[in-house]
Amino acid sequence: MAVENEGLFSKQNRSLLIDPLDDNNPITVQVLGICSALAITVQLKPAIVMALAVLFVLVFSNVIVSLLRNLIPNRIRIIVQLLIVASLVIVVDQVLKAYAYDVSKELSVFVGLIITNCIIMGRLEAFAMANGPWKAFLDGVGNAAGYGFILIVVAFFRELLGSGKLMGYEVLGHKAKTVAESTGLYQFGYENNGFMLLSPMALITVGVIIWLQRSKNRKLIEN
Amino acid sequence: MDRNSNVYTFLFAIIMIIIVASGLAFTATSLKPLQAENVRKEKMQNILSTIGVDVSRDEASLKYDDYVKQQLALFPDGTVNDEVDAFKLDLSKEVKKDHDKQNYPVYQAEKEGKTFYIIPLYGAGLWDALWGYIALDSDKNTIVGASFDHKSETPGLGAEINQSWFEDQYIGKKIFDENNEFVSVKAVKGGAKADDIHGVDAISGGTITSDGVSLMVEERLNNYIPYLKNN
Repeated sequence: MAVENEGLFSKQNRSLLIDPLDDNNPITVQVLGICSALAITVQLKPAIVMALAVLFVLVFSNVIVSLLRNLIPNRIRIIVQLLIVASLVIVVDQVLKAYAYDVSKELSVFVGLIITNCIIMGRLEAFAMANGPWKAFLDGVGNAAGYGFILIVVAFFRELLGSGKLMGYEVLGHKAKTVAESTGLYQFGYENNGFMLLSPMALITVGVIIWLQRSKNRKLIEN
Repeated sequence: MDRNSNVYTFLFAIIMIIIVASGLAFTATSLKPLQAENVRKEKMQNILSTIGVDVSRDEASLKYDDYVKQQLALFPDGTVNDEVDAFKLDLSKEVKKDHDKQNYPVYQAEKEGKTFYIIPLYGAGLWDALWGYIALDSDKNTIVGASFDHKSETPGLGAEINQSWFEDQYIGKKIFDENNEFVSVKAVKGGAKADDIHGVDAISGGTITSDGVSLMVEERLNNYIPYLKNN
């Protein structure tokens, strides 16, 4: 039986990277990791940092678990996975506090909550425990990108419609105390939709994305 | 070795824990000085911002000594406690003590020949802690600047207390009335009257946070009355 020598970017490996962006998106198809998607999408900047933090944690934990997969005792595998994820998260948190203090203040408790992000434990248990490190790496990048992409799209609309800003810049003009002193859209009496800043609207935004995605991608529609 | 045996499981767990624990201990210890430095600089930046000196966090530690001339820890009767370093006082721990056991830090700053008195604040909002600084003019009555921050107030609502539109309302307000009685400055729901020198507009949708700010300002400043009236 000849062992098939698989290229680094074989069709199968490419799909590991690309599938989670659309067909198998962790948020919109598997509906995992919703909690953080609600909590830190009020503004674009923390959402981007959160996406990067999850990328770091997911890729490294996937690769480490994959390397150790034949050594980890089956009975304590979940605890071992949790230990690896938790330590990576602590490293991220400590590094942010030392080098990106402002961002770490904004993300506050949510960095710690990456530990409980179901996407990470889900990938470790479902994929890394059964596949080699290179595949696990691609799977980690793909899933983190799929997660981050949705996070950034949701944050874009929430920040734009909720506070009229993007990355903290007032893209819709400046809102002063009176309409007369305001500039941009606000001088015509435009008001920010404060409801966008609250968690329910994140859920509704994710719902709209799911709706759009399924209307484009028919194979996702369940009977 | 049988990977399902108890011995293997224990061995694996112990080795894993030792590796992870030493890795984390190393990371935490080596980053600690940088983190402590960030917190210290941020405190200096906040103190300076209340007297209208806006600097970046990195500049704050360089400029701090140019402005802040004295850092005092006060006894409840307003006299100075020389044994305590006011800058290092942790207000979140002080407020838990009894009124007569607390140390009350106050910073004296000088800018353009005028002396300002900066009083740190600490209190509770809707979800978690609030803190900030209030700077009083040489008359120890008129507010020249305020800076507030919070741990986890609702974004867009209560969290707005750290925005300049809210903080700047405090400028020019007075904490004592014309009879020299302490009245503090309150955030008024529905908006303060234009000529109200003891009130500012509360945040719509952030009433509990606004009330938290009012309470915090009143409770903290109240402790400094002996100091403010005597000196």
